[in-house]
Amino acid sequence: MTVVAGTPKVASLADLFAAAYQIEADAVERYDLLADQMTTHNNPELAAVFRDLSRAEAIHRDEIRRLAEGVDVVAHAQRMAKWGKGESPEAASLEEAHYLMTPWHALQLALAAEHRALAFFRSVAASAKDPAIKKLADEFVEEEAEHVNLVHRLIRKYPKPADSWRSDPDPPVAQE
Amino acid sequence: MSIVEMRGACKPGDYKSDIKPIWCPGCGDYHVLMSFTRAFAALALPPENIVVVSGIGCSSRIPAYTSCYGFHGVHGRSLALAAGLKVTRPELTVVVASGDGDGYSIGGNHFLHACRRNIDLTYVVMDNHIYGMTKGQPSPTTEPEFDTALSPGGTGLRPFHPLVIALASGANFIARCFSGEPNQTAAVLVEAIRHPGFSFVEILSPCVTFRPDESEWKNLVHPAPVGATNDPAKAARRIMTDDGFNIGILYRGDRKPYQPPVGQGCGDLPELERDFEL
Repeated sequence: MTVVAGTPKVASLADLFAAAYQIEADAVERYDLLADQMTTHNNPELAAVFRDLSRAEAIHRDEIRRLAEGVDVVAHAQRMAKWGKGESPEAASLEEAHYLMTPWHALQLALAAEHRALAFFRSVAASAKDPAIKKLADEFVEEEAEHVNLVHRLIRKYPKPADSWRSDPDPPVAQE
Repeated sequence: MSIVEMRGACKPGDYKSDIKPIWCPGCGDYHVLMSFTRAFAALALPPENIVVVSGIGCSSRIPAYTSCYGFHGVHGRSLALAAGLKVTRPELTVVVASGDGDGYSIGGNHFLHACRRNIDLTYVVMDNHIYGMTKGQPSPTTEPEFDTALSPGGTGLRPFHPLVIALASGANFIARCFSGEPNQTAAVLVEAIRHPGFSFVEILSPCVTFRPDESEWKNLVHPAPVGATNDPAKAARRIMTDDGFNIGILYRGDRKPYQPPVGQGCGDLPELERDFEL
């Protein structure tokens, strides 16, 4: 899953708020979906990690909505925050999920998502001609950089699992 | 006024039900569901005017996860049901969901004749080259060398080639997608639904549990080098010579869809009952 050509065109502060809002909203939706998957597959520890990530993103989402006072970011995002053939930068990759994955893996997904968001805001800041857009994009870059650092700190709490983490003592092999 | 019109602009979330999917984490079908809801939102179709019909298998769980009307039917018979529904209620958008086992094996014969009849349906087959729900038996699209306890030494069988068969049987729109590109898949679904007649969309949707090797598909898929053609001979040549990972719309035909006059089927019920009297 990559951020490709077709990212939203940011031509105003409203556009940037809307794109930022949608990035966080998509992240919330994706972490909730992953948490549901882990609940269904009886991996409560991981479900809790995804719920925590979702809550953290929801706080950012709501904060952006608050900052964008006077702009209906939800409606505006629906019109302009579209990622063409790629995916919303902070939406964690569903295809990397596995029923035996660990919190370390979940945080790796989160780290990759934060890096994609950081790259998006960097590209907006780099290409902005309007100083106000550049200033706000730079603030989002700083915020995403903080998120990257936070995920790095969280990863330290969870050791990298052994390479055999996919081994299942009761594997779902073909019926005999 | 429909529910969606009342809400204003359509959002993919409007087409999701409250039921949580129970597919395996990492399953490509999660992305397919996302593509469905994004396509419906892009088309701004009221959920009550869409019917998602399915058969049996992991893929066929999809109607329950949408807020549209749905029918989780009999194994392999989703196309028969959908055909009957569409000819009697042509105003509805009917999308049929299936898998490679349900669609190409148990429902193989229906597939041929649905293509031939060219009723205005969109047929989506989530192809993972395995029977996932029943724990890993080879399906019609499984590679001949797939070696498991159920197919020791491999099946040795030539895989079914659904796109060529669809083309030869008369499908009016043929595309191949990859589940890992949900926006691109949604865009193809929009085109498939809009295109008159029988639209066939094969979505390569990895089974992470019984085919972990399919996680490589994301590195193998690539856009088709040329756009869709309306020439069946050209399309056949292209599809027959590709590597199975060309993604995009491959054929757009211009055959007139089959649609009998509504209400002129088999007469009224009392008349029908008299015909069947013993």
